[in-house]
Amino acid sequence: MFRSYHARIKNPRVALAAGLAIALLLQLGSGWIDPYTTQVILFAAINVILAVSLNLVMGETGQFSLCHAAFMAVGAYASALLTGKALPSLFPHLAWTGTSWASQLTFLPVLMIAGLIAAFAGLIVGGPSLRLRGDYLAMVTLGFGEIIRVLLQNTNAVGGARGMEGILPATNLFWAIGFAAVTLYTMIALVRSTYGRGFQAVRDDEIAAEAMGINTTRFKVTAFVIGAFFAGVAGALYAHAVEFISPEGFNFLRSFEIIVMVILGGLGRPVGVAVAAILITLLNEWLRDLSQYRMVVYALIIILFMIFRPAESLRPFIGRLIPERFVRFKKSKAA
Amino acid sequence: MSNSQALLEVKNCSLRFGGIAALTDVSIKIEAGELLGLIGPNGAGKTSLFNILTGVYRPTEGEILFEGGLIAGLPSHAINTLGMARTFQNIRLFGSLDVGMNVRTSFIARLRNGLLNTVCRGRSFRSEEEEVQEEGRRLLAYFGLEHAALHPSRSLPYGDQRRLEIVRALATKPRLLLLDEPAAGMNPTEKEELKQLIARVRDEFGTAVMLVEHDMKVVMGICERLYVLDQGKVLASGTPAEIRANPKVITAYLGESRREEVA
Repeated sequence: MFRSYHARIKNPRVALAAGLAIALLLQLGSGWIDPYTTQVILFAAINVILAVSLNLVMGETGQFSLCHAAFMAVGAYASALLTGKALPSLFPHLAWTGTSWASQLTFLPVLMIAGLIAAFAGLIVGGPSLRLRGDYLAMVTLGFGEIIRVLLQNTNAVGGARGMEGILPATNLFWAIGFAAVTLYTMIALVRSTYGRGFQAVRDDEIAAEAMGINTTRFKVTAFVIGAFFAGVAGALYAHAVEFISPEGFNFLRSFEIIVMVILGGLGRPVGVAVAAILITLLNEWLRDLSQYRMVVYALIIILFMIFRPAESLRPFIGRLIPERFVRFKKSKAA
Repeated sequence: MSNSQALLEVKNCSLRFGGIAALTDVSIKIEAGELLGLIGPNGAGKTSLFNILTGVYRPTEGEILFEGGLIAGLPSHAINTLGMARTFQNIRLFGSLDVGMNVRTSFIARLRNGLLNTVCRGRSFRSEEEEVQEEGRRLLAYFGLEHAALHPSRSLPYGDQRRLEIVRALATKPRLLLLDEPAAGMNPTEKEELKQLIARVRDEFGTAVMLVEHDMKVVMGICERLYVLDQGKVLASGTPAEIRANPKVITAYLGESRREEVA
């Protein structure tokens, strides 16, 4: 009766279980995957988390945010300090190598704490600034992103401009793909509910949403904080995948790259955004061989992507990949 | 609460934007379940009055009492939760949501399940979601829009969009419904249907209705009492018959030549 227009997964929890199972299987079979491919998959999964979480803020709630990479930085640095300094000094007799049991078992709480610290940063920025609209909000978030970067650059305890190196390699396929699945599930479950339609109501018409009893400021801050939480987790996964972080890696261009993924995937469509994040990750890898022409080709392909929107045109195809009994389609009733 | 207390009481309210006075010393009263009309020429301050009632603007001076409590200065969503809902002069539906979801957004402020339960999708979430869908469907069926529940709200014919806005406002279970020019742009058949709909809202939901409207046939046909605003001030008030006969109203607002049309 009240179905959405698009193919939708009947029980999102089934999809979540499937995603976690794939993550576990890939991890068990990781011995057969070469290190380069593994790294590309890790980057793709981390980009999916970043893009799908930014989609809640930009796509669903309609708030333009230019500081997603800053929340990522907060999570990355917080987690690196936890695994590199706090945990080894608290439990010096345990083995902390990243792949050891002690590292792996504590990695989930580390990711959560990194996410929560980033979420707190989101609350501090979002609380006062989400009363602003459009261009003004973009300016405030741009400023916040720069503040974080400059602060990190000038804090010697975290290596200043040199960054932090020797971070333990705790991120593996299970954590990265598992968290990508959790992020997608959370966003889809959240938005496809009466409560979650509040985000879209805020995007469509703030004045009408207020008049219908929706606390629009609360919804905007909630979207911002949830987005920051997942960005923080993605930052922690990133730090423990590349083993080296520096403030420059989380600059405005990084935020912009995530925005491109969200727009390409079709604002407000979590699955499309995830596909776009994977496509852009692969594109970045393919273009490595072009060295100095890389940015030219990158820009050209982005322009073509924008015109033809491949992620969006892939949508019906993605629907067909999943067995019909897990998905239901709405028959189009042309008005 | 005493029986004599009005549902809504506006006491000496003024609203100024810099040197421009949109409203000056306006006092009005509406009783529970009353059907009240608000008329006046363009720029008389009708929509400004709606905007101070629903918290879009804060009155520069004066008090607004809703069921005995002060509401001037509260945010819009809080005023809605207290029991006052409105529609807009220029239709403001949620364009990307379908018709059913437009109605269900009105339940958001009253949901039992918050963020965490929604994400976890437990039993309490599922049963509430079913209740909400059922209630939305009932409301749509009641106003003859059930067939369109899955249509994008923008695809509805104009008259149905206005109707949907009223249904969406009613879904917040208000005790006072403010309608801002609901008949604007409607043809005579649609206007006739609208009159019946407003009467039904009042009779069957017990909701008091305050109506801003330019169409005199609609206003005179259904309102029990009228206020006339002119240049931000209350010019007159009374029953439709009294307003029709009031010479001040006729000269200031209706004009000599329109006397026959109204009568």
